[in-house]
Amino acid sequence: MSSPTQFPNQWMPLRRLSDLFWRQPKLLLLVLLLPPLAWFGIVYLGSLLALLWQSFYTFDDFTMAVTQQLTLANYQALFDAANYDVVLRTFVMACAVTLASAILGFPIAYYMARYAKGWQKGAMYVAVMLPMWASYIVKAYAWTVILAKGGVVYWFYNQLGLSSVIDALLALPSIGGNSLSTSNLGRFTVFTYIWLPFMILPIQASIERIPANLIQASADLGATPRQTFSTVILPLAFPGVVAGSIFTFSLTLGDYIIPQLIGPSGLYIGTMVYTMQGSIGNIPLAAAFTVVPVLIIALYLTIARRLGAFDAL
Amino acid sequence: MKRFSPIAVSLLVASSFTIANPPSSLGKPEGKLNIIAWPGYIERGESDKKYDWVTQFEKETGCKVSVKTAATSDEMVSLMNQGGYDLVTASGDASLRLIYGKKVQAINPALIPNWNTLDPRLSNGAWHTVDGKHYGVPYQWGANFLAYNSKIFAGKAPDSWSVVFEEQKLPDGKSNKGRIQAYDGAIYIADAALYLMKKNPALGIKDPYELNEKQYQEVLKLLRAQKQLSHRYWHDVTVQMNDFKNEGIAASSAWGYQINALQGEKFPIAAVIPKEGATGWADTTMLHSEAKNISCAYKWMAHSLNPKLQSGLAEWFGSNPVVSKACAEKAPGGSDFCKSNGFERFGQIAFWKTPQAQCRSQTQCVPYSRWTKDYIAIMGGR
Repeated sequence: MSSPTQFPNQWMPLRRLSDLFWRQPKLLLLVLLLPPLAWFGIVYLGSLLALLWQSFYTFDDFTMAVTQQLTLANYQALFDAANYDVVLRTFVMACAVTLASAILGFPIAYYMARYAKGWQKGAMYVAVMLPMWASYIVKAYAWTVILAKGGVVYWFYNQLGLSSVIDALLALPSIGGNSLSTSNLGRFTVFTYIWLPFMILPIQASIERIPANLIQASADLGATPRQTFSTVILPLAFPGVVAGSIFTFSLTLGDYIIPQLIGPSGLYIGTMVYTMQGSIGNIPLAAAFTVVPVLIIALYLTIARRLGAFDAL
Repeated sequence: MKRFSPIAVSLLVASSFTIANPPSSLGKPEGKLNIIAWPGYIERGESDKKYDWVTQFEKETGCKVSVKTAATSDEMVSLMNQGGYDLVTASGDASLRLIYGKKVQAINPALIPNWNTLDPRLSNGAWHTVDGKHYGVPYQWGANFLAYNSKIFAGKAPDSWSVVFEEQKLPDGKSNKGRIQAYDGAIYIADAALYLMKKNPALGIKDPYELNEKQYQEVLKLLRAQKQLSHRYWHDVTVQMNDFKNEGIAASSAWGYQINALQGEKFPIAAVIPKEGATGWADTTMLHSEAKNISCAYKWMAHSLNPKLQSGLAEWFGSNPVVSKACAEKAPGGSDFCKSNGFERFGQIAFWKTPQAQCRSQTQCVPYSRWTKDYIAIMGGR
């Protein structure tokens, strides 16, 4: 015969714990959240703060060693003309790539959401994602060959007798250059190619969510297709565009492979950090440079939030 | 950025004396060895079976070699600062920084039996000898060649670096604009200085790595003009080889490596050391100040002077041996590497070294930190 006193002792602490959690639901929440919070706090924010802290260290130019003397010189150096150029150059490219991806991505996304049916839709998805399955470095290297003077793009234009078109494009200031593979035009093409899927998918999702009867209603009330687009579809799909632009913008801002392989020689934020950290060992200046995209993207996200990009999430 | 006061530099020099003395005898080999090297410098037959100078060493000494490759001198210094390595094949633009930064230790040549076989032109090189102490064993040296497309140049070698610095018509009747390349590294400023040294003697440049403010500004002017001519600044050897093949590059500075590889593909490329001479590199195997595997490191340093290794490496890498005897040693490919790589033209090579504020030929020179900064600006078109 069993009595209450024979209740297994080892369960008592657990039982008490369970009672505690029942009485203090916030405590349970805290315990459950602690591992992800620790990950986020220590690994994610901690490394970011460590980086920020390093940007105040001093770099000894001759021995190339970092000393823990605190200084603002690295941030001051960001405003040197050459370094400022680097930031501006990257920023302008990120804006251009984002704009072009939006203009190219929207019709494709619209077709995928509204017209493609059944297998067509699947095929479209695969077509958009397929390039992302190949290694990024291979694609970037492949573009150096495609855009080279002996490459397929030049060949194509020559066959059509249009080589003067390329020459005229390359003669333009700032986007031109010696050849497609060393011009900003070439770099822009490759960036847009690589990041376009990141723009198409969010736009497609947001267009998918627009109820079809809204468009019918708009037509019933006598709106022209153009009016329907500008007053119904675009406003409703715009959060998707902004969401996609966050990807294309921040990915371009931080990239360091494409600027190394294609386009003119001026450094980008990514290649600058790579040079400073990877080959010179000037981690403080590299850290200061890393803070720049963090700030730009923080600003960008604030604006994006105002535009309602996160309402659709 | 901060400039170096003479006091700071002399303090640095003085403090380097406090490093412990080199060992007078060696213990048992530790069984492993970690080396930082240029790509292609320490081959174990994985790229080509005939070029292997590690396997036998491992068998004889029991020291397992692991290699970490580095693409630039700055990267080597950075890796050495991180620590954990025993040896580094440092070029002259890194070696003094390593010595003054106390990252490498002086060695005892008596422990390297074949030290005396070293080419006497190198054994006391200023890039590894400080105050009579040797901070390493010379490994290889070579020139930064002027590579040119021999079809465009109609088989006639250009005799001056002016083809990459001044706008001119090339033998195929077209301008060199947009068909030349420059190197993507601040040390390339010395290439421009070397050219100006011969072209404009009135400037009084004695050493392309020791420039006063006025000379430095003239050199930068030349480089800014070159930016207008250049196709791009080469950084990646694969991309440069592609550019020679597909982008119609006529001339550029290049290493023996690209030239060998392109010639191997039967591409019409050739290389010269023009009349101005050339910049070059002399590499030294240096021992980390906190190296854990000292015996293996000494064994490797002795092994590295072996004429067989020296000849194979010189042919493989497009460089020159540091042991004269190696020129007579047959290399696996059977080429006359000492002749083609410029062994006899040692005197015309201005070897890479780190530009310092305190220099021998002037009262005050422009230091390397400004070279890096200004070169980044020039590449960005400023």
